[in-house]
Amino acid sequence: MIDKLDQIFVLLRQWVVGFLPAGWQTAAGVLLSVVVIVAFFPALFALTVWMERKGLGRIQNRLGPNRVGPFGLLQPIADGIKSLTKEDIVPLSADAVVHLLAPLMLVVAVFMGFAVLPMGRNMVLVDMDAGLLFFFAMGASTEVAVFMAGWSSRNKYSLLGAMRAVAQMISYEVVLLLSSVVVVMITGSLSLTKIVEAQNQYTWGLPHWYIFTPWGLAGFVMYSIAATAETNRSPFDLPEGESELVAGYHTEYSGFKFALFFLGEYLAMFSISGMGATLFLGGWSAPFSFLGWVPSWIWFFSKLMVSIVVFIWMRGTLPRLRQDQLMNFAWKFILPLCLLNLFVAALWRFMGEGWLRWVVCSAILFVAYVALGRIEMRSEHFGPRRYRYAE
Amino acid sequence: MSFVFYLLAALTVAGGLAAVLLKNTVHCALALTVAFAGLAFLYLNLDAQFAGFAQILVYIGAVAILVVFAILLTKGSETPKDGVFSKTWLAGLVVAAGVFAVLGWAVLQTAPMLPKATPAPAVTVGQIGNALVDRYVLPLEIVAVLLTVALIGAVIVAMHDKERTR
Amino acid sequence: MTPLAGFLLVAALLFSIGLAGALTRRNAILVLIGIELMLNAANLNLIAFWRYGPHPELLTGMMFAIVSIAVAAAEAAVGLGLVISIHRHAHTTDLDQMNRMKG
Repeated sequence: MIDKLDQIFVLLRQWVVGFLPAGWQTAAGVLLSVVVIVAFFPALFALTVWMERKGLGRIQNRLGPNRVGPFGLLQPIADGIKSLTKEDIVPLSADAVVHLLAPLMLVVAVFMGFAVLPMGRNMVLVDMDAGLLFFFAMGASTEVAVFMAGWSSRNKYSLLGAMRAVAQMISYEVVLLLSSVVVVMITGSLSLTKIVEAQNQYTWGLPHWYIFTPWGLAGFVMYSIAATAETNRSPFDLPEGESELVAGYHTEYSGFKFALFFLGEYLAMFSISGMGATLFLGGWSAPFSFLGWVPSWIWFFSKLMVSIVVFIWMRGTLPRLRQDQLMNFAWKFILPLCLLNLFVAALWRFMGEGWLRWVVCSAILFVAYVALGRIEMRSEHFGPRRYRYAE
Repeated sequence: MSFVFYLLAALTVAGGLAAVLLKNTVHCALALTVAFAGLAFLYLNLDAQFAGFAQILVYIGAVAILVVFAILLTKGSETPKDGVFSKTWLAGLVVAAGVFAVLGWAVLQTAPMLPKATPAPAVTVGQIGNALVDRYVLPLEIVAVLLTVALIGAVIVAMHDKERTR
Repeated sequence: MTPLAGFLLVAALLFSIGLAGALTRRNAILVLIGIELMLNAANLNLIAFWRYGPHPELLTGMMFAIVSIAVAAAEAAVGLGLVISIHRHAHTTDLDQMNRMKG
């Protein structure tokens, strides 16, 4: 019975597909899964938009939207209707074809990333051998879409926002990849299902999630920072900062295309959080072995929603980073720590079981973090302000 | 020859043609991105998944962005007054057509001798990784050195030399 | 026509398109775009021969293509750095105007 609940979506799919002739069954099964993903994640996006506006409102000591339904729950629907019915303005000198294609390319690239996330036991859309590489390849495709959006608007602010966004995304893409490579190194496979299976073991009731190891914790923190920067969320949202750049690369977009950008940003947040949960938090595995009876997809989506809540919390709490601070942070602080993390993970693997490896690895990472922090704090880019007016 | 291959080949060749024929430089760079994507799908058609995803990650995610940044930093998006093709365009076209003629003739002449359709090789990423440190470790290390040198060299070449002319 | 011949013809076509672009355009960046197309066509050739060749388990073609992708990325970086540097000096990227050794 518990097994049935765990596999309920797989069984439902098999039952629906069973009505079709045998030759069409695999294709219909895949198509059905695709339709469910394309329908479900935008619904989750609507819920997240409501959560964000209410959450940010409470952090900023005000109520969020509370007029449209009970507790403002119908606000996303109202927003959706508004964005669908607004006039679609394309500037006269804008490059119409590229202007149209940019949000489409963004949303397509982001949706493709969902194909390899294991959302539950046996619930991957495509179990690829190089699943992680595919996910990052799709993430890299979003940069071109952002640039296309900014350039085609023929607007100085859009172009500036797009250049900043692309520079930021490229820098943090390196950090994202390196912090995931640690997990691949220890697991020995790029396949996401194998990474989750490797974390699905329990010692004395505690799981073998990678976040509970020194290199895993460091990797998870760096991955989260890079994920926040990749999706242009606060505190890395200078490209779309309302007070500096109007709205950055989506200034000239209105109506449904703007809604597509908004959708693309939140879906990217979901898929990157899902990937973080898969790599470091054990994917669909339960936190304690006695909780194994809860269906696996509930654990995956809980971890996803916890990550989203942390994203919203960070947005409401932390001030924005300036562009040069952001780039310095990526290249001079996080990247050396990422490379050191690779070394520490290798040391962990070859030191053998026991308490010694915990102490040595934690010590190396902690000393490096403090030392690098102290060195960087003495430079003018990271240290306390020594000038009165910004130059 | 399957329909998918014809579609992908048409997409790639169209992207390549657009990349060298269009007037606006940024449009050329975007058409190049389409050609890269078509090539990545052709690699996937050839069961080379690692090469296909590496193509998307490196070419579309980095080289296309690099080309676009260079175009924007050199004001390439303004159309030149003398036209976009060089004065000696006919010679270039003749040379390219000649090269294609030779290559096409070579392929068609030896077409009966080429291997027929073979079953797909089952190559896992693990095997590629093992091969990289086992049989191909020297190319791996040389590429690492090359990338470091290229990184440092590109930064030095493109750096502002205001400090030196003081 | 075997599948391999089809891939080789596409690669040859892409190569000559890239060559035509590199030889006929004025802008230095478009010459680099042509060079990238040529490198990609060679990669397609390599992967096609790996797939339909006698020993695909040796991974020679795939390795060569991956190294070629890395080398092409490095060369694009250096080439574009050169173009930017030339633009800063001559204030143009028009190759027809760069026909002197002076300056």
